Amino acid sequence: MSDVLAVAEHRRGDLRDVSLELITAGRELADGTGGNLHVAVIGGDVDAFADELNREGVDRVLTVAEGEEFNHGVYTQAVAALYDEVAPQFLLLPNTVNGLDYAPAVATRLGLPYVPDAVGLDVDADRLVATREMYGSKVATTNEVDASGGVTVSVRDAEWPPTEAAGDAVIESVDVEIDESTIRSTVKGFEEVGAGDVDISEADLLVSVGRGIEEEENLELIEELAETLDATISASRPIIDNGWLPKNRQVGQSGKVVMPDVYLAVGISGAVQHVAGMKGAETIIAINTDPNAPIFDLADYGIVGDLFEVVPALTEEFGG
Amino acid sequence: MKVLVTVKEVVTVGDEFEISGTEIAEQYREYDLNEWDNYAVEEAVQISESEEDIEVVTATIGPERSDETIRMALAKGADRALRIWDDDLEAAETLDVEAKAEILSAVVEAEDPDLVLTGVQAEDDAFGGTGVALAERVGYEWAAVVNDLDFDADAGVASVRRELEGGVEELTDVDLPAVLTIQTGINEPRYASLRGIRQAQSKPLDVRTLADLDVDASVTDSALDVTEMYVPETDSDVELIEGSADESAGRLADVLREKGVAE
Repeated sequence: MSDVLAVAEHRRGDLRDVSLELITAGRELADGTGGNLHVAVIGGDVDAFADELNREGVDRVLTVAEGEEFNHGVYTQAVAALYDEVAPQFLLLPNTVNGLDYAPAVATRLGLPYVPDAVGLDVDADRLVATREMYGSKVATTNEVDASGGVTVSVRDAEWPPTEAAGDAVIESVDVEIDESTIRSTVKGFEEVGAGDVDISEADLLVSVGRGIEEEENLELIEELAETLDATISASRPIIDNGWLPKNRQVGQSGKVVMPDVYLAVGISGAVQHVAGMKGAETIIAINTDPNAPIFDLADYGIVGDLFEVVPALTEEFGG
Repeated sequence: MKVLVTVKEVVTVGDEFEISGTEIAEQYREYDLNEWDNYAVEEAVQISESEEDIEVVTATIGPERSDETIRMALAKGADRALRIWDDDLEAAETLDVEAKAEILSAVVEAEDPDLVLTGVQAEDDAFGGTGVALAERVGYEWAAVVNDLDFDADAGVASVRRELEGGVEELTDVDLPAVLTIQTGINEPRYASLRGIRQAQSKPLDVRTLADLDVDASVTDSALDVTEMYVPETDSDVELIEGSADESAGRLADVLREKGVAE
């Protein structure tokens, strides 16, 4: 028992990027154990997905034609059945929103240890050594698990590069009997949120504001700067959660992905979910009082300082 | 009807801290109600305010110190609280998802709630798996990362929105009993009023041991061992702009002009 089973993710007809990242992570683990990498895809146009998943390093692609979109009841049953069939040592799942909705259930059902949200993986004999982050990514931890009896790992998206090269995997359809009577949730549909007056993904210059702004009234400072610079205002999650700006202004994993020429991050610490939405900016500038804020790891220019002093001074520089 | 809310007291860390072994050193630890659980408490209290005869009970795995956090949840409107702690839990180094789900499943079996609300994740360990593992363990239906909830007690259905990536929401109907993991932003958590804080002092807060719940002490033998903790190294090549606010604003203005986004 040294194989790896990774489960792909798709939504509304498209394979999600994390699926190809899982192949990279899965191949690393399989190389560490000398096992094979099996990649499974469940639901939707499984044949088309299987072709896409046939990448370098994949030994076998397993397709389960059950359902169109993700349903955690179907996934939990199907993955448990595939696990029994493949008998891998490592079950590798995405730590996406849908991963959060079934990975813990699969681990529980199979009675396997569960290592969530890994950002690094290594195998040492029968021990899995996983790197995780804690305290809002302020610290990293090394976690060890006895993997001799199998283990479920969910991996953070965008941590491993996607495997691009084509492969020569065996593609195999697997029949899984799904007990519909135990599925008591029904997906009714999807809705795009955040449509509105402004499309922040179109802006050349984004002035983006985070928790550091402290009070809603202080947004005025940012508005003055944005007006003076003819920039567009965006924000990180806490500002949206507080209702200070509408949802269409949110940058991040659950908001918009933006790629402006310049992203000016004001009072944003740079949580991983936020970074997912803005790391593609050409130039990133950060203003934050905390010199250890993760945003500085990503920024091209940084000011460790008080936004309440720097922002008005900057507005003044441009005659505002 | 009964709504059970899992409430975790989390360790929060400021800008400056040191690490001691595999922990944040004691003098840098602050304790607070987990942000996601705060939204879960608010959601439960709002349900109890809009429906008749709903009891809101909180459950916490934590030492005596966490009573302070639990009282905050009671002050916000929860009716009573359970806290689970004993010497075995005190001695445990890590409680992984499996351990927490097993302990909380004993609470669910004892309390028999119709709905369980948990935060999506805890700010400190960031596991993000306890709610769904709990649901699977007790045979409840579930939904993870819920940012809107329409609770129909008569029909026995929770209509939820799940916040997917990229500004897409999934609309799902979940049959009760169910566990929902609550995302921030689902509501606006209230501050505890002075009256609420006073009332909270007289609300029941019962402490149970693992033995009281019929949970074997071996639950604390987590499969996952945290063996190292460190501040991650970065390969940042940030150009730090130094000086007074005026000086750094001046330099920043030059950068914006160089990049062609300001004149």
